[in-house]
Parts: sequence; structure tokens; C-alpha cells
Amino acid sequence: MNHIRNFSIIAHIDHGKSTLADRLIQITGVVDARNFQDQILDNMDIERERGITIKSQAIALPYRAADGRDYTLNLIDTPGHVDFTYEVSRSLASCEGVLLLVDAAQGVQAQTLANLYLALENDLAIIPVINKIDLPSADIERVKEQIDAELGLDPETAILCSAKEGTGIEEILEAVVRQIPPPVGDPEAPLAALIFDAKYDAFRGTVIHCRLFAGTLKAGDVIRFHYNDATYRVEEVGRFRLQREKADALRAGEVGYIIAGVKTVSDVRTGDTITHESRPCAAPLPGFKEIKPVVFASIYPIASDDYEDLAVSLEKYKLNDGSFVYEKDSSAALGQGFRCGFLGLLHLDVVQERLEREYDLSIILSVPSVRYHFILKDGASAWVDNPMHYPDPVSVVKSEEPYIRAAMMLPDRYLGAVMKLCMEKRGVNSQMNYLSPGRVELTYEMPLSDVIYDFYDRFKSVTQGYGSFDYDLIDYRESNLVLLDILVNGEKVDALSQIVHRDRARARGVQACDRLKDEIPRQMFKIAIQGAIGGEIVSRSTISAFRKDVTAKCYGGDITRKRKLLEKQKKGKKRMKMIGNVSIPQSAFLAVLKSDTD
Amino acid sequence: MNTENLPGLYLHIPFCRSKCAYCGFYSRTDISRIPDFLKGLRAEMALYRKAFPRFDTVYLGGGTPSVLETPHLEAVLDTVRRHFVIADGAEITVEINPGDLTAEALRTLRALGVNRLTLGCQSFDDAVLAFLGRRHTAGQGRDAILAARAAGFDHLGLDLIYGLPAPGGDPGATFRGWLTTLRTALSFQPEHLSCYQLTLEADTPLAATLALSPLSLPDDDLSARYFLTTSERLEAAGYRHYEVSNFARDDDHRARHNRKYWDHTPYLGLGPAAHSFDGARRWWNPRDLDAWVGALREGVRPIAGEETLTRDQQRLEALFLGLRTREGIDIRAFRRRYGLDLRAERGNEIGQLAAAGLVRSDGGRVSPTRRGLACADFLARFLS
Ligand SMILES: Nc1nc2c(ncn2[C@@H]2O[C@H](COP(=O)(O)OP(=O)(O)OP(=O)(O)O)[C@@H](O)[C@H]2O)c(=O)[nH]1
Ligand code: SF4
Ligand SMILES: [Mg+2]
Repeated sequence: MNHIRNFSIIAHIDHGKSTLADRLIQITGVVDARNFQDQILDNMDIERERGITIKSQAIALPYRAADGRDYTLNLIDTPGHVDFTYEVSRSLASCEGVLLLVDAAQGVQAQTLANLYLALENDLAIIPVINKIDLPSADIERVKEQIDAELGLDPETAILCSAKEGTGIEEILEAVVRQIPPPVGDPEAPLAALIFDAKYDAFRGTVIHCRLFAGTLKAGDVIRFHYNDATYRVEEVGRFRLQREKADALRAGEVGYIIAGVKTVSDVRTGDTITHESRPCAAPLPGFKEIKPVVFASIYPIASDDYEDLAVSLEKYKLNDGSFVYEKDSSAALGQGFRCGFLGLLHLDVVQERLEREYDLSIILSVPSVRYHFILKDGASAWVDNPMHYPDPVSVVKSEEPYIRAAMMLPDRYLGAVMKLCMEKRGVNSQMNYLSPGRVELTYEMPLSDVIYDFYDRFKSVTQGYGSFDYDLIDYRESNLVLLDILVNGEKVDALSQIVHRDRARARGVQACDRLKDEIPRQMFKIAIQGAIGGEIVSRSTISAFRKDVTAKCYGGDITRKRKLLEKQKKGKKRMKMIGNVSIPQSAFLAVLKSDTD
Repeated sequence: MNTENLPGLYLHIPFCRSKCAYCGFYSRTDISRIPDFLKGLRAEMALYRKAFPRFDTVYLGGGTPSVLETPHLEAVLDTVRRHFVIADGAEITVEINPGDLTAEALRTLRALGVNRLTLGCQSFDDAVLAFLGRRHTAGQGRDAILAARAAGFDHLGLDLIYGLPAPGGDPGATFRGWLTTLRTALSFQPEHLSCYQLTLEADTPLAATLALSPLSLPDDDLSARYFLTTSERLEAAGYRHYEVSNFARDDDHRARHNRKYWDHTPYLGLGPAAHSFDGARRWWNPRDLDAWVGALREGVRPIAGEETLTRDQQRLEALFLGLRTREGIDIRAFRRRYGLDLRAERGNEIGQLAAAGLVRSDGGRVSPTRRGLACADFLARFLS
């Protein structure tokens, strides 16, 4: 086991984790030049298109170190965006150390700190790496000062690196071998394997990703899930190369996969412990902290016939996204669906897109909401994350909404603009702290609902991309809430309702009507859109009927062309939800949350 | 007429004296290649005479058939008759551009059996013609009409274009200009009118010009106003708006050849870029004179692509083509031919369209109203 090193690369978003992983993969020769592509571990389409990592990805690298010995380096590339922190924390549970990357031009950012804390909580060895030193704007000295002052690490141990140009790579590999301890654990002891991820494979059933803390596991063994005592016979074990690579056995300290013909998807839970049926371990492994979703929305199939399909797909999807939670739900306007919890709006966006791509579903998402708290006249307390369950206003004694502490780091030249934005978002109790000349840390307490309402995009735009942002839920505070309903041609569309602060209600109503006017295409009759609070109409807009929609000429070759277009549009039609006799595009439901500024 | 269901013959003459700014048709200006083309056309006819022996409509389009010298036109029509049987009473149409043909040439055409002319007048406003890059003037347009009448043509169609960008930033003036052109056209009492809304074709000089200029084509509301007003004016003048862009003085003067495209009657298209249909299969020639000539030199049919329509595809086409005509779709005939009972399967949708005033559904048909024709593409999407 002395030849194994388990480590993750962690950093703020875009600081170059996946690019560094590329270099490590290349130098250890796991992929030949022909099959190589940039950010090779970002293998989901959605990751490649957006240029960000969404899923942690493990890969085993063979490495002969300067000491002449051969090592297996189990690398995990992690995502940097706040919404995927849960991925990072699960990855860290199977590591003894991390490479903490800091962009030489951007310096320490909010997620650098957040991820450092995660590593410290897990008692991991930390190797600071200053990346992108090739950039003309790189300021290594300043970053070293930040590593010292803001991270509390020894700046002299920081490795200088350009993942892009491949400098510092050998040095990093040597540091991994020397500074990160090998895993401990007895291969002869009873099996204890931690499930940290899983993926459904149509042919093999569930593929379980795990870290062995004790024992040895091979094909033919009978395993038991601690959570529900389900047992399975192992068909195959192996390690992660670029593809899965079958192995004779997995031993304590190793990271790998198990295929055991698990077709009952719900048997597999991330954080659960797997042991041998015949010789179980004494106690389960600690598992993961329960994750609390902060944003909620309902998912409905566009065609109600697809409900069962959606149910099965969500179950499979959840295997591969431990931070996603859901339960049954139904809407008067949209029928049967599921109420889902997400870690943020990007997470929500990603879930929607992955469901559509990986499971070929057409779905509608209702307007996202946070979770509110109400104290009712009869003394009862109600938690409401779904505007459809908004309590009768006359029965409410007190309403509360969640607050967060937003931690922002930015060059001080943007201070004015950011403060203005935070005030607009009902931010209070600001604190400011100069980290170094020209660089400030700013904290605000803000209602979460205002943060999910287009805060992140606007923050990025006012800081021109130089600001970073992180937040923690702090508490619930009293608030004056109302329910804003949207009516389309006089019919209430419950999936478009929002719970909002009374002071904002009118403005939100106006904005929602405007946005819907842009999103809903003209149809054969006039459409009236109204925002209403209680019975009172607070905003309205009108979409006039379309009047001209025909191509002038249709002879010989035009006919084929026209038919092909129609065939294509027929598919697009499926992405519209009929509400009454109005077809509303999928995009309209999320658009309601965006303001006109973007 | 018992000849109603014979196939139609289309000949694509791929030459123009110069290219108009908006044109997306396949045509070229090097008229020195006409002899090559004529030779190819003869060869192509020979390759299809067995498969398509008889026609009851012949249509010379392009391009501009009228760039051909009279002897060439004579030769083309003569070759047609030598290769194929042209039914008695067949409709024989030639597209003419104003300024191209002399009175004498027109008389020859008449003598050759051509019984229908369509004149590409496009507008009776010189500024509009210049904007479109047409080489003739409004005056030449008028002269061409008079010359055609003088040559004895009693079935005359005029092609017109509307919906231009407003150069002075005054769409109202452009709109009024169009009504003036319409009035002028009506003063000649043509038997047929085709009024096309200007569409931007990719890779045309007009598309390039508009991309760089603040000018833009009319929006949805203004387009609708053009469409509906044109329809109202022409119907008030006694014309029947029988297809999205086509008007006939009476039912007998509807374009018989074009109708074949709309009701899945077979047609044979010869010449570069021409399309053909045999009832199930559709194929098309290369949009390239050289490729077309080359294939024919080797004695093979110059086919660039083809498709065989599935029943679903035939049904979809029949639906959108039918909904482009004022007659609309005969529900029983549609069910018999395409296996879909619109009343049973789309009754609810048809009801909605009728309630919105876009179709009428009585007497066993679904027929677009005038407003329905203006959004025929939508009707097809909605009912498909
Ligand atoms: N100049 C320069 N650019 C780099 C270097 N390393 C990464 N980049 C660029 O930085 C951008 C982000 O790189 P990634 O490797 O995707 O960053 P990441 O940390 O994996 O990002 P997330 O996974 O989304 O958190 C890409 O455009 C890279 O090409 C470097 O050493 N120098
Ligand atoms: S005359 Fe007709 S075919 Fe020739 S360029 Fe003009 S519009 Fe096109
Ligand atoms: Mg990445």
C-alpha cells in the first residue's frame, strides 16, 4: 500500500484543475497523443460546452518516482463552482492529500478558502500550487503573500506551475509522492468500502464507485450494503483509467469500482458502507454529511404520458448526483411531477440539461424558490418551499425567510458597485476587510431568495469577472411575504407563482409579465398575462396574435425543404407545454427569475 | 377534363442576362453556354421519354426562358413534342422578362402553341425595380404586357413582389407604392397574378446589403397588412385568391401546372436544379450546369439527390400544401389517400383554428380563411 497515493485537485473555479490533470495524465502516459484532448476528464458534453467541471472524476496514474520506485497515483479532479461543493467533499473522503491550486493572476478567491477548509476538516496533506505563472498578469509574490496571510500555509512550499505550458509538473508528482502519506488500512481486515459515487449502466446495472478503507474485494465475493442489508454477488471490480479497467482485486487504500448486477437502483446510496456478507466489518464508515438543498423547483414531463419514464430516470440520475433530492408533487396546471431540491441555480440548470440529454426527457421546471417558514395562528409551524403550498394568508402570524452570509472577494475598485448591488438585494450588516492593498473581503447578510434571483450573474458583471463569491446559510429572519400569482388568459398557472417580499411584489410582477411576454411566442389569439397578489392584479402584459406566418413560394424543390423544416419543428413542438390553449416554452418558467439587466 | 391527372413537364432554363439582387434561383449569365445547355436538354429528354411519355402541362421557367433566341425556343418546344406526347388542350407556359422579346418573337411563341405567358414585371415603380436589381423599367413592363396582348395571348400572368424595405424610413410610403403597382397591374386585366412577399435568400447581394444597412424587411404586422390588403383589393376586383401567393380571374385561369406541385401529381423537371416527382420518389438535378452537362454526356440521368416519401411524409406534405390553397383539404379524400381522419384525429385543433377565424370547416373540408392563408405554415404545424 506504500506505493499508493490518493489525492484531489481542488481550487476556485477556472483556476486550472482540469488542465493540470491533463498534464499529469500525459506525463504518466496513460493516454496516447492521438486520443488526447484538452480537459480530458471533463467528459460530459455539458462540461465541454460550458468549459467547467461538474462531476468529480477519478483516474489512476502509474508513476515511477525519482526514488526509482513505482507508484499508483489516484487523482481526482474536482469542480470549482460553489454549487458542486458536495462533489468536492465526497472526493476528499477518499484522499489523503490535495493539490490546492491558486491562479497566479487572480490569487486566492472565495472557493479557494472554502475548499481549503474542506481539506482541513478531512485532515489532509495540503500542497499549495501556484498555477498559470505563464500569464503576463501573474503576480507570484502577491499570491505567496496571500497563501501566507489568507490561507495560513507556508508559501515557501508552494510549487510554481503552468498547467498550460507544462512547467512544474514533475515537481508536483514528486511532491505528491513525498508529502502525501500512503493510505492506511489492513487488507486482511473485514471489508469496509465507502460508496462515494455511482452511475447507472444500461448493460451492467449500477456501477459503484468506492474507496476501500479495509479488507480486500474480488469478483465472486458476496457483498452487503450496510444501509438496507441487501446482498449481491460481485461480478467485476476494477480501477479507473480513462475507461474502467478490470482488476483481480481491490485492496484497502484503493479507489475503484464494483459491478454486482445491482438493478434495484435505490439499494445504492452514496455514503453507505459495503462489507462482506460472510465477514462483516464491525461498524459502518462515517459517510457524508447530509446535504441541504437551498433551491427548490418542480419538474414535470412535457407530455403527461412520460411521467413514469421521468420517475425511473430521476432515480437513475440521483445515483450519479448525490446532491439532488426529490419527492412526488402535482400541479393543477402541469399535472404529476416531482418537487426537487438543488444546491443552487447552476445545479438546477445542470440537472435539467442532464436529464434531457442523458435520459432523453422533455421536462418543464417551475419557478425556483427557497424554503420559507411560517408560524400559523394555531401555533403550528409550516415549512414551505413550494408556492403552491403557500398557507392561507389570514392564518399566518409570522413569516420567515432564510438568510445567508455572502462572502465576496474583489478588487476595491468595484466596491461601490458591489455594495449598491447588495443593498438592492436587501443586504444588511456589511463588513469589510482589506486583505491586501487594493483587495477587499466583503460580507453581507442577505435573503437567499434575492441571491437566487439573478444575483450571481449581476455580481460577475459588476466586478467584470474579478470578484468571487461564496455563501453560507445563517438563519431565518422575519419577513413580510406575499404570494405572487401569474395568470395566462385569466387562468392561474401555479408553476409560475412566486413567494416574494411584499415591498418587491409589484416590481417582480411587472418583471415577470415582461419576461413572459418575451418568452412566449405569438399565437393565434391574443394572450393576456397578469400578475396578481391575492385577488389584486398588479401587472399585466399582452402578446398580440401572430398574423403572418407563411412562405411566399412553394414549388418543386421548396416542398422538400419545407417538409424537412416542418419535421424539425414538430420535434420542437414537444418542448412546449400546453396550458389551457396557450403553448408555453420551457424557457419561460426559468426566465421569470431573471431581470431585464442580462 | 380527363387529362387533369397527367404529369407536368418543367424545363429549367438556367440563364439570365444579369442577376437580380434578391434572386436565389439557379441561373447564370454566360449565355455563350446556351448551346451546351440545349444539347444537354435534348439528351435528358431522351433519358426520360419512356418513364414520362405524356404531359398535359409544360412550363418553361428559370432563369429566364426569354433570353433564348426565337430559333432556340422553337427548337426546345419542337424537341419536347418529338420526345413526348403533349395532350390536346395542354397548358403551355413560358416565363418572360420584360424587355427581352420582340413583338415578333411573341407571335412566334403563340404560333408554337404557347398559350400562357407569365411576365416578370415585379413592380411598376422604377425605384423599386432598381432596388431589386431588375434590368427593365416599369415602362418596359407595360410594353411587354401590351405586346403579349397584341400577339394574341389571352392567358397572361403577372409576377409582382411586395414587402420591400422602406429606404426613406417611411414604410407607409412603400406600402402605398405597392398599392399603386397593384392598381397599375389591374388596369391590364391580367388573367392571373402572382404576388410574392420578398424573402431574403442566403448569399444574395440583397442579403449582403441588408446585413450592412439599417434597412429591414417588414415585421409581422406590416407583412400581414401587405398580405391581407393585397388579397382584399384583388378579390374586390374579382380575382380569386386561390393559393397563398396566387390569384386568378376565374377558376379556369388558375395555374394548372403549379397545381400539380400542390396535390402530389407527378411532374418531370429537366435542366440544372430542376426537381421531379413520380408519385412517391422525388429527385433533383445538380445546381450546376457543368455537372448536369457532364452527366448527360456520359448518358446518365443527372441526379444530385433523391428521396422516397414515406406515408407520413406524404401526409405531412399533403397537409401543408393543401392548407396553402383556399380550397383547403377535402377531409374524406385526404383520409382515403393519406390514411388520416382529420376530423377524428384533429377535430379539437380544427375547432380551435375555426374559433380563431383561421379556417372554415364545413362541407367536408378544412379551408383556410384569408387570415388563415396568411399563416398557412402555422396551420400546418398546428395540425401536423
Ligand atoms: N495561461 C494559462 N491558462 C491556463 C492554465 N491552466 C489552465 N488555464 C486555462 O484556464 C481555463 C480554465 O481551466 P480549467 O482547467 O478548465 O479550470 P478548472 O479549474 O478545471 O475549472 P472548473 O472545473 O470549472 O472549476 C482554461 O481556459 C485553461 O486553458 C495555465 O497554466 N496558464
Ligand atoms: S430574372 Fe428571375 S431568375 Fe433571373 S436573376 Fe432575376 S429573378 Fe433570378
Ligand atoms: Mg475543471
